[in-house]
Amino acid sequence: MGKTLFDKLWEKHVISGPAGQPQLIYVDLHLVHEVTSPQAFEGLRINHRQVRRPDKTFATMDHNVPTKDIFNIQDQISRKQIETLQQNCQEFGIRLADMGNADQGIVHVIGPQLGLTQPGQVVVCGDSHTATHGAFGSIAFGIGTSEVEHVLATQTIWQLKPKTMGIHLHGQLQPGVAAKDIIMALIAQNGVDFGTGYAVEFFGDTLQQLSMENRMTICNMAIEGGAKMGMMRPDQITFDYLRGRKYAPQNMAKAIEYWQQFYTDDVSDYDRVIDFDVSQLAPYVSWGTNPAMAVPVTGKLPEITDMNIQRAYNYMDLSPASKATEIPIQWIFIGSCTNGRLADIKEAAKVLKGKKIAPNVTAWIVPGSRAVKNAAEKLGLDKIFKDAGCEWRDPGCSACLAMNPDKVPAGIHCASTTNRNFEGRQGKDARTHLASPAMVAAAAIYGHFIDIRQKEAI
Amino acid sequence: MDAITIHQGTTIPLMNNNIDTDQIIPKQFLKNILKIGYGKHLFHDWRYLDDGTPNPDFILNAPERQQATILISGDNFGCGSSREHAAWALKDWGFKIIIAGSYSDIFFMNCTKNGLLPIILPQAARQHLAKLAPDQVITVDLPQQKVSCPDQTYFFKIDATWKNKFIQGIDDIDLTLQHAQEINDFEQNIPTFN
Repeated sequence: MGKTLFDKLWEKHVISGPAGQPQLIYVDLHLVHEVTSPQAFEGLRINHRQVRRPDKTFATMDHNVPTKDIFNIQDQISRKQIETLQQNCQEFGIRLADMGNADQGIVHVIGPQLGLTQPGQVVVCGDSHTATHGAFGSIAFGIGTSEVEHVLATQTIWQLKPKTMGIHLHGQLQPGVAAKDIIMALIAQNGVDFGTGYAVEFFGDTLQQLSMENRMTICNMAIEGGAKMGMMRPDQITFDYLRGRKYAPQNMAKAIEYWQQFYTDDVSDYDRVIDFDVSQLAPYVSWGTNPAMAVPVTGKLPEITDMNIQRAYNYMDLSPASKATEIPIQWIFIGSCTNGRLADIKEAAKVLKGKKIAPNVTAWIVPGSRAVKNAAEKLGLDKIFKDAGCEWRDPGCSACLAMNPDKVPAGIHCASTTNRNFEGRQGKDARTHLASPAMVAAAAIYGHFIDIRQKEAI
Repeated sequence: MDAITIHQGTTIPLMNNNIDTDQIIPKQFLKNILKIGYGKHLFHDWRYLDDGTPNPDFILNAPERQQATILISGDNFGCGSSREHAAWALKDWGFKIIIAGSYSDIFFMNCTKNGLLPIILPQAARQHLAKLAPDQVITVDLPQQKVSCPDQTYFFKIDATWKNKFIQGIDDIDLTLQHAQEINDFEQNIPTFN
C-alpha cells in the first residue's frame, strides 16, 4: 500500500496526536485579511498572547476594498475594519500589503503571485477559497476566526485527517473550453457536497495542458463541491511559475529536490476515485442558486424534482426546459480569486477585442491584484475593455461577494466568473450565472450566453 | 466556551438542503470587529421584508418559536464561506444545537469552537422532529449521544475528541500550548531553501 500526495504532505506536518483522532498540524503559511481576523487579534490581546511566527504570516485587505477611488472608503464600518487590520499588523509585526501597495490584491491571488505559496506547505487563511493554493502541491484550506486566532498564537491547527479522493482528468479540452468548465461540470455532475470529508487531488494528463493559473481555478472551486482542500502534484509547470518570484526560495534546485517527493504512488491509494474525460466537455453555465445547479451551454434547464430546485427557479425567475442560451444577461463581472488572474483577463480580452458590449449590459472588469492590473495595462488590455464599453477597475474581491459598494442590482441576471451563485451573493435579489471568463465576455456582447466554441461566428 | 452536556429545548425546522453561510449571515454584517450582536441579522434576507419589517411567513419570526434553542435542517448545512460569523449569529440568536443531515467541514469546525453542537441524524428522524409542536421540549443528551422526544429516541455519532471538548468547554489554545516543546522541536526540522 502506497501513499497519496495528501498523505505525504500530512505526515510531514503532524506534530502530535494519534491517527484517527484530531492531530496537531504545523502551518507554514498563514494568510490574513480584514474580515475574518479582527476578533482573532482581539482574542490574542485579551489573553496577552503574541503571534508566534509573524514571518510565516502575511496580510492584505481585499473584501472591503473599493474598486473605484480606493482610498475613499465611504462605509465607516468597512473603513474601521481596514484600519483595524493596519493597526493589528503593526502591533503584532505582520507583513501587510496595504491599500494601494504594489503587492496588494485578493489574498488568493497575491499568495501565489509573490511566491509565498509553495509546494509541500500547509497553507491556511480565514477564507474558504484557500483551497486555491493546493494547486502548488500543498494542503491548503479555509478556517474560521477561532482557528485564525489559534494559528496566530501557536502556528498550528487541530485537524481530523480527511479521506482522500482522486479526480482523474484526462483528454484534451476543446478550444474555448476552460479550466472553469472542468470544475463546474464536476460539481454539476457530483453535487455540492460530494467532496465533504475528503481532501481532493486532481491528477491526469489534462493537467499538462493547464497553466498554474488554470490549475488554481480548479482547486479554488473544490470547496464548492464540499472539499475544503483541493490539490495537484507539483511539477515542472509549478516550478517554472515560482522561479524568480519575490518570496520564492533562493535555492530553487534544493527546493525542487525536496518538492519532488510529493506525489501519489498509485491510483489505488485513494479512498475514492472519480474518472472524468474532458474531451467532450462543453462550456458550463449555472442557472440556479448553488454551483451544482449548472448545465452545459448547449443544454436546457432541468425539471423541477424537489423543493430546493423549485425554490431556485423562483429566485432566479427562470423556468424548466428553457435553453441555457436564453437566459437574459444584463450585467457581467470578470474577476475574483477564481478567475481574476492575468490569464483570465487575457481570455476575456481576446473575446472582447474590437467588439462592443450590448447596450443594455453593464460590464465590470476587476483584476485580482494590482500586479495583474499593471501587467494587463502593459499589454494594453485595459484599452480593449474600455473600447468595448466595460469598466476597468481597481483590484479586490468586489462583486464576487459584494461586500464593498460593488453590488449587482436586484432582479438583474449577471454572468460572472466567480465561484458562488447563492441567493443574494452579488447583491440582494441579484441573479448570478457562473461561467468561464471567455463565456462571460461573450455574454456581454450578446446579452445572453453563446457557445464560445463557435466564437468564429462572433 | 460554554459547556454542553444535557440540553432541553424547543425546535425550529428549516428543512432546505445546502443552507449556505451567505444565507445564515449575509456579507453586509461581516464588517463588525466584534464577536457579538449578530443574532438580529441571522437569516436576514429570509427574515426581513424589503422595508425592514419581519417577514411573518418566515418561521424564525413565529411568536411561538422565539424560545427555540434547537435548529432542525437538511443536508450540507453551513456550506460555502468560512465566516465564523454564521456560528456566532446562530449562537447569539439563542441556538445551542443544530440537527442536520450533514455539515460543511469548515462550518462544523467553527461550531466546535463556539459551543454550538452540530448533530447528524438521518432524514426520517429529522422529518419527525420537524413536525413537533412549537412548545414540545426535546432532550439532547451529549454524554449518551441521544436525542429524545416523547415517542422516539435517536442515537447519534460524534468524534470523541469533539464530544469531550463540548462537554468540558475547553479552550483550544491552552490545550495546544501544552505541546509547546513539540512545536519547538518540529520547527527545528523544517527544511530551508536559501
